Amino acid sequence: MNNLLIIPILIPLFTGIILIIFSSNIRLQRTISGISSIVTIIFTAALAFQVYNDGIQTMNVSNWEAPFGITLVSDMLSSLLVLTTSIIAAACLFYSFWSIGEDREKFYYYPIFQFLIVGVNGAFTTGDIFNLFVFFEVMLMSSYVLLVLGGTKIQLRETIKYILVNVISSALFVITVAFLYSVVGTLNMAHISARIAESGNSGILTVIAVLFLIVFGLKGAIFPLYFWLPGSYYAPPAPVMALFGALLTKVGVYSITRTYTLFFYHDAGFAIELLQILAIFTIIAGAIGAIAFHDVKKIIIYNIIIAVGVILFGVSIMNSESVTGSIFYLIHDMIIKAALFLLVGIIVKLAGTADLRKMGGFIHTYPGLGWTFFIASLALAGIPPLSGFIGKLLIVRSGFEDESFWGAGIVLMSSLVVLFSIMKIFIGAFWGKARVPKNTGKVPVTSLLAAPALLTALAVLYGLGTEAIYPVISLAAETLKNPDIYINAVLKE
Amino acid sequence: MKTNDIILQTVTKITLFVIILFSIYLFFTGHYHPGGGFIGGLMASGAIVLLLLAYDIEMVKAILPVDYRKMIGIGLLFSAGTGAGALLAGKPFLTHAYTYANLPILGKTSLHTAVLFDTGVFLVVIGVTMTIIQTIGESD
Repeated sequence: MNNLLIIPILIPLFTGIILIIFSSNIRLQRTISGISSIVTIIFTAALAFQVYNDGIQTMNVSNWEAPFGITLVSDMLSSLLVLTTSIIAAACLFYSFWSIGEDREKFYYYPIFQFLIVGVNGAFTTGDIFNLFVFFEVMLMSSYVLLVLGGTKIQLRETIKYILVNVISSALFVITVAFLYSVVGTLNMAHISARIAESGNSGILTVIAVLFLIVFGLKGAIFPLYFWLPGSYYAPPAPVMALFGALLTKVGVYSITRTYTLFFYHDAGFAIELLQILAIFTIIAGAIGAIAFHDVKKIIIYNIIIAVGVILFGVSIMNSESVTGSIFYLIHDMIIKAALFLLVGIIVKLAGTADLRKMGGFIHTYPGLGWTFFIASLALAGIPPLSGFIGKLLIVRSGFEDESFWGAGIVLMSSLVVLFSIMKIFIGAFWGKARVPKNTGKVPVTSLLAAPALLTALAVLYGLGTEAIYPVISLAAETLKNPDIYINAVLKE
Repeated sequence: MKTNDIILQTVTKITLFVIILFSIYLFFTGHYHPGGGFIGGLMASGAIVLLLLAYDIEMVKAILPVDYRKMIGIGLLFSAGTGAGALLAGKPFLTHAYTYANLPILGKTSLHTAVLFDTGVFLVVIGVTMTIIQTIGESD
């Protein structure tokens, strides 16, 4: 029993509640949420440290023994993701202080922000499949509000699409859990895994595996189910977009990883092959989008889809090297996507438009912004000393070892596409003659630049310190590769 | 022509207390019989909706000067606070405690911290329902 692992859920929860009560005082809201986000980082770091030293931490909520109550489980993967989430949340929060505007701040922006973090941290930590659904809903409801808050025309239109898609996928999630419950008769994830191992493979389990893929694929934007994402992520303001791009799809990816490595690891028929094929198509679809657009935000949005494909391709190969690569890439991608969305937010604010053909020459007036963006883009593409390299290297290498030549080749090619698309932004926005938009003169961006610059610095450190982080990540991969560790930690047999 | 709602308003005055009593009954009976915080809260907000139907929004605001949004916050504080109270006692989150006490009128009664949790649910349900209805009612 260990209460530390619920602290990353409780701190944002209580912060959100208190902020509801003091909703009119903006200064107080900023102070409270700022302090709480920093305290959360400290606690999550302590949690990750504890998991690294003492193994998987579990906690039976309300003191009921494992399969009967809700169990919260923090293994290395989930504690790392919770830590990354807290860091990104803090960065987006501090960015919001200078960019979101009083209209939104007065209408419960900060409480909803905190509830989104509650949902994401909870989804990463829970060990119960229905509780995962509940945390998904907490996260999604907050994201609906953050998406529509402000009430501009484009936000209203895209929110309707987003809600419609997510309501349908949530209903499918409930149906899938009902199917699974009728087959195995339990909801605790470790217990489900043990029951599936006992029952042996039957056709219905393959059906459930594919249903889970559809459900989480809708949340995480994989190939045929990503259609809602480019529009919906285009609508909200920059810090919200960064939160969505960095966290929401990754929760779907995490859930696919968790269910496929914990439930369906030995024999799920063709479900894993299907995952691999869809992952490859996801990369291709994202790559086409990333090349096609001249819109700064759209390019980054399609890069999310490419990254989801790359991570899931690594998961689908399912040997310890590829899973390690996927985890490396997952954490790298969360950090760097948040940084890029925040940077793009600044560029759009400066240019007054998101169209690449109507901007240029920012490097003369904003060199700091330019070079930060340059480093972040190289990290995204995976240039060796930076953070995107090692994950992709491991994925590609194990792809070739597994003789999935097509998949590994496409992952390699996708790096080129990513580099091309992101350099298109860099060249278009920063090189060339300064094309001064309507708001002439130098706009101060230092305070806005702080958060993305820190995230970029973190990404660089993450790349340089690969050797130091490697044991942590491989510990996380080991739990995914040997579900027995997870099951024994929860059920304590 | 000015309509006269005297019958509706008089009946409301009487029915209101019956509904509120029923909602409180549902709330307290939840541990042993069907009922609980959710349905109790819905029923209580049903009573307030009846008031809204019989009178206008301004009048109801004068009768019940409650900020329902803050009520949501306070309700959440009750529920989450009950859960977090267990942490202070060194138990896992949401561990409840109970005891039997001899109360003056009720006799031997079981007191359970789950009631505090349900109070939170009760308040949140009223707060959310009334916020939705009042916001829609006020917007033109």
